[in-house]
Amino acid sequence: MLALKLAFKNLIGAGLRTWLNVSVLSFAFVLIIFYNGMIDGWNRQGRNDTQDWEIAQGQYWHPDYDKLDIYSINTAHQRLSNEINAHVKEERLVPILIQQATAYPKGRMQSVLLKGIPYNQSVLELPTEVLQYNENKLSVLIGKRMASSMHLGVNDQMLIRWRDKNGTFDARTATIAAVFNCDVASIDNGQIYVDYEEMQNMMGLDNHATLLVSSSEQAEPFMQWQFKNLDFLLAELDQMIESKKGGGIVLQGSLLLIALLAIFDTQVLSIFRRQKEIGTYIALGLTRQQVVGIFTVEGGAHSILAALVGAAYGIPFFLWLNAVGLSFGSVDMGITVAETIYPYYSFGLIISTMLLVVSTASIVSYIPARKIARMKPTDALKGKLQ
Amino acid sequence: MENAIIQLKNLTKRFPVGNGHFTALTDINLNFGKGEFTGLVGPSGSGKTTLLNIIGSLDVPSDGQAIVLDQSIAELSQQQAAKLRNLHVGFIFQTYNLLPVYTVYENVEFALLLQKLSAAERRKAVMQALEWVGLTDKEKSKPSMLSGGECQRVAIARSMVKKPQIVLADEPTANLDSKNSHHILQTMQKLNEELGVTFLFSTHDEKVMQYLKRKVSLADGKVVSDEYVGVNT
Repeated sequence: MLALKLAFKNLIGAGLRTWLNVSVLSFAFVLIIFYNGMIDGWNRQGRNDTQDWEIAQGQYWHPDYDKLDIYSINTAHQRLSNEINAHVKEERLVPILIQQATAYPKGRMQSVLLKGIPYNQSVLELPTEVLQYNENKLSVLIGKRMASSMHLGVNDQMLIRWRDKNGTFDARTATIAAVFNCDVASIDNGQIYVDYEEMQNMMGLDNHATLLVSSSEQAEPFMQWQFKNLDFLLAELDQMIESKKGGGIVLQGSLLLIALLAIFDTQVLSIFRRQKEIGTYIALGLTRQQVVGIFTVEGGAHSILAALVGAAYGIPFFLWLNAVGLSFGSVDMGITVAETIYPYYSFGLIISTMLLVVSTASIVSYIPARKIARMKPTDALKGKLQ
Repeated sequence: MENAIIQLKNLTKRFPVGNGHFTALTDINLNFGKGEFTGLVGPSGSGKTTLLNIIGSLDVPSDGQAIVLDQSIAELSQQQAAKLRNLHVGFIFQTYNLLPVYTVYENVEFALLLQKLSAAERRKAVMQALEWVGLTDKEKSKPSMLSGGECQRVAIARSMVKKPQIVLADEPTANLDSKNSHHILQTMQKLNEELGVTFLFSTHDEKVMQYLKRKVSLADGKVVSDEYVGVNT
């Protein structure tokens, strides 16, 4: 307590030098929280959006299904058992049938994935109600990225050609019933949604599905279906987040290093210039280790002041950012990224950042302060170089 | 001497210089009793400050013994030496050595912070010490706002606030003009008489001589004379 009191007295007494150090350190402090808050916000939004729009609480896959293997997609489907059909009826599972097709928007040709999904499902946020069966036209649903790449909008038409289960080509004109706006790129790019029943008729695959989306976290074992949990399905997003965090460490580390270097420099200078003061402390009855403690706490206290200064301008900034978010426009990174990211500042993030800054500042303060332990008090009192 | 609170027996102090060493004190044998007002006089380099540093447990003898308040300085651990200084020894320096960022009150209080005293007890002691030196009206001033004489009076208050048994003053008047020197010396003399504190000075200031009860002359690290001179104010 004595050391803390003395440290703050000395820090405030040092004036501009202290405030320069504190400013740099507080900037590092705020930047670390800002960057990690943004990444955590992106992560939370990305996970939520991916769950809401694509994977819900998990998926059951046909054993041969591999979304990156175009050769197996057409055969990776199987008949739904009565047990599964019962779950589908109760909306615990949503069947999706996936087949390859070719779309001809405005005379151009584009390979697409046709996805059959029940129009009346409510597990995913896809606006599938627009796909309700209409005997006069084939209604399809596409995402904004797909609409953009095909230069098509609502009520525009295009020809779709596919092969049925026997390999026979068939084609129909489809009308775009709606264009959905979603941050999950993996359900948008190159994909066209039709009603599940319509899809079965088009392919001749009655009661077949490629995968089943589960609304329940409890994975029931179904014969011939492999359950993929959230960890598996979100692994790609998690990896991207981790790599972004890793990249950020370089920037944050550099800034922190500059701030710590300034503190280290100040400490070295302090110990050099304040030898008489050190000698006086010892003459007044402090041990050398206690003086080392005072100087270490003094250096470390920069970080406490930095936290206070950082809080003074950081809290209003973070609150504002939390309200308006940070817009990245409609960038397509091939992974779930919201147009506007709202940062997420967890208690853990703030505490861990504080601990990081306080502990590193204390360490760089202690290293030069150790020299005091080797000082001769008689020389220190004279201010003699040691 | 009976009741000696400081005993120096065959004390020698050597400092390493290059490959050899420099002998600052040679075979010093002195005793100081309670309530003495003694000056160690001699030219620069005669060993006055070195002797005070050893008595104040800031340094240790190379040979011989320095026994202060029944404790052998050479045998004290860092903690024991710090405790001795904190409780029983006050220091006054030529350049005052006040802590610049603290007020007068805080500078004087500092010596008490290591002792387990309540804030009220500390305040009482600090105000009393400031009263002794006539600076109660300056308690909130910083050292930079004081004259040299006032700074030295703060240093005296700081050394006296813990009511030590020994005060070691290293050239306390060297940086002061004549008027302030006399003021400081009169203050110390008064405290010596009223509180019975042992004062040991190092000085070569003629003004100090007339206040001394005992004068120990040093030259080249040796005692050349030790005489009781009485008081002539």
